[in-house]
Amino acid sequence: MDSSVTATHAHLAERAYHIRRNALLMGEVQGQGYVGQALDIADVLAVAYFHAMDYRPDDPEWDGRDRFLLSNGHYAIALYAALIEAGIVPQEELETYGSDDSRLPMSGMASYTPGMEMSGGSLGQGLTIAVGHALGLKRKGSKSFVYTLFSDGELDEGAVWEALMSAAHWQLDNMIAIVDINNQQADGPSSQVMAFEPLVDKMEAFGWFTQRIDGNDLAAVIRAFDAAREHPGRQPRMIIADTRMGCGVPFLEAREKNHFIRVDAHEWQLALEALDAGRTA
Amino acid sequence: MSTAAAQKPKLKTSAMIASIAAEGQRTKSAPFGHALVELAGARPDVIGMTADLGKYTDLHLFAKAYPERYYQMGMAEQLLMGAAAGLAKEGALPFATTYAVFASRRAYDFIHQTIAEDDLNVKIVCALPGLTTGYGPSHQATEDLALFRAMPNMTVIDPCDALEIEQAVPAIAAHKGPVYMRLLRGNVPLLLDEYDYKFELGKAKLLRDGRDVLVISSGIMTMRALEVAQALADDRVDVGVLHVPTIKPLDIATILREAGRSGRLVVVAENHTTIGGLGEAVATALLSAGVTPPFRQIALPDAFLDAGALPTLHERYGISTEAMAKTIKGWLG
Repeated sequence: MDSSVTATHAHLAERAYHIRRNALLMGEVQGQGYVGQALDIADVLAVAYFHAMDYRPDDPEWDGRDRFLLSNGHYAIALYAALIEAGIVPQEELETYGSDDSRLPMSGMASYTPGMEMSGGSLGQGLTIAVGHALGLKRKGSKSFVYTLFSDGELDEGAVWEALMSAAHWQLDNMIAIVDINNQQADGPSSQVMAFEPLVDKMEAFGWFTQRIDGNDLAAVIRAFDAAREHPGRQPRMIIADTRMGCGVPFLEAREKNHFIRVDAHEWQLALEALDAGRTA
Repeated sequence: MSTAAAQKPKLKTSAMIASIAAEGQRTKSAPFGHALVELAGARPDVIGMTADLGKYTDLHLFAKAYPERYYQMGMAEQLLMGAAAGLAKEGALPFATTYAVFASRRAYDFIHQTIAEDDLNVKIVCALPGLTTGYGPSHQATEDLALFRAMPNMTVIDPCDALEIEQAVPAIAAHKGPVYMRLLRGNVPLLLDEYDYKFELGKAKLLRDGRDVLVISSGIMTMRALEVAQALADDRVDVGVLHVPTIKPLDIATILREAGRSGRLVVVAENHTTIGGLGEAVATALLSAGVTPPFRQIALPDAFLDAGALPTLHERYGISTEAMAKTIKGWLG
């Protein structure tokens, strides 16, 4: 790595640390939350918000922004953590997470939160909306990208495949989709609930420029986002990110894998300490 | 009975696309398609989208006139609604068309979450509402009004004829927020021009006054009610017709005013199941205001309806002019 790449890497590692920390602090507020997913996707969010995307923190509706659609609404805690880090949501609101009258409800909704582009929660919808955004941006002659984060479990939903087929049909080269493969969904490992491999072959067969990476290898994530943006083909772009639930907090990462990681009250502080230990290591 | 009804109606087939126009009835071709083309001339933000039903929702006229503003989304109603939401977020005014069954049943959650929750400016215009096809329950949208009435932020329109559709298109475009509109396509009956009618969003209109009965109706049942009123006039039964094309928000003030006039049987007639449509909406409004006229419903049963020719089915389920006239006379004793 040359020095600028090293600097970028260090900067984004710091951002990812803050996103993880924000998520743990929010989890502690409520005593629960999808922190396993927040920890696994923090590297992707750090690269999206602090390397790839164009936006104005003080004007989240700025028309020239890159759009980020959170299809898996239960990952809201992760996106809030990034939106706080990005200055789109004030740091003070962190402690309102999941509380009455908060702008940060436990499942992400467009009508609540600055920077939240869609109401997720009902899974498998994000890519369909992204198709509309991408078509609309092309109508306007906009150069903005539409990023959509969705989860491996959402591959069970038929509408995802409707959207995958449509994005290629319309040659939506302004769409960048990230599928988080943590192999955990509500009833167990995603691959056992409904087998989805070979995913690269499927995405390529559907006409997408496809990369598969270790989603917790920051350098790989940076390269994948760069390649997705710079790919010359008139194709939508897919990043398949294999991630580890609880990444960054070893004792949570090692915990028996669950869709919803249990964190006891005394463990939040331990988790923060473990995260800090990893940062200085 | 009218002269048209006196002779045995020529039975049409049970094909999916059956005309609802009676033999010899005045019609207008593709009022929605023509109106949307006209609107698009004035509003560059209008786009047309469909899920493999452009020809069958009269959207093909728009596609021909404005190909660069037309999106064929394939046979994928969930995608249609999600993409309409995304386009609306980017400032477009999408008119998304499909059959009423597919919007209400198949894509309900997508409309709920991607369009209605964010209060987006998407107009959902759907053919084959209620019992307007003989193709059986797969294509008969007998629950759509109940479903869309229940959806927050949604405006729900059930127009009667070609004139009303033409007028409703610019009106729903001018309204900010999601709209579900039932669509009559192809050769659509034309009758409201004889009543000096003008569609206003959210307004009920008294088309005809009458001493004995007040029919409160929407959609094609207003056409039937006007025919019934003419038929029963020969029997000295005086039937008034209050047309309620906007099912939600309901024009409660006008309904209370007309239904509150004493001495009249109030009959709500709708091309929809008895459950959750105009009838229950009117009943709730009346009871909540302490207005309690004699009240009856003419509507489709809570059942999966038969396949068959439309005239047969309208007779069988009591929404033909003849069946409706007979039912009302029976109630009057």
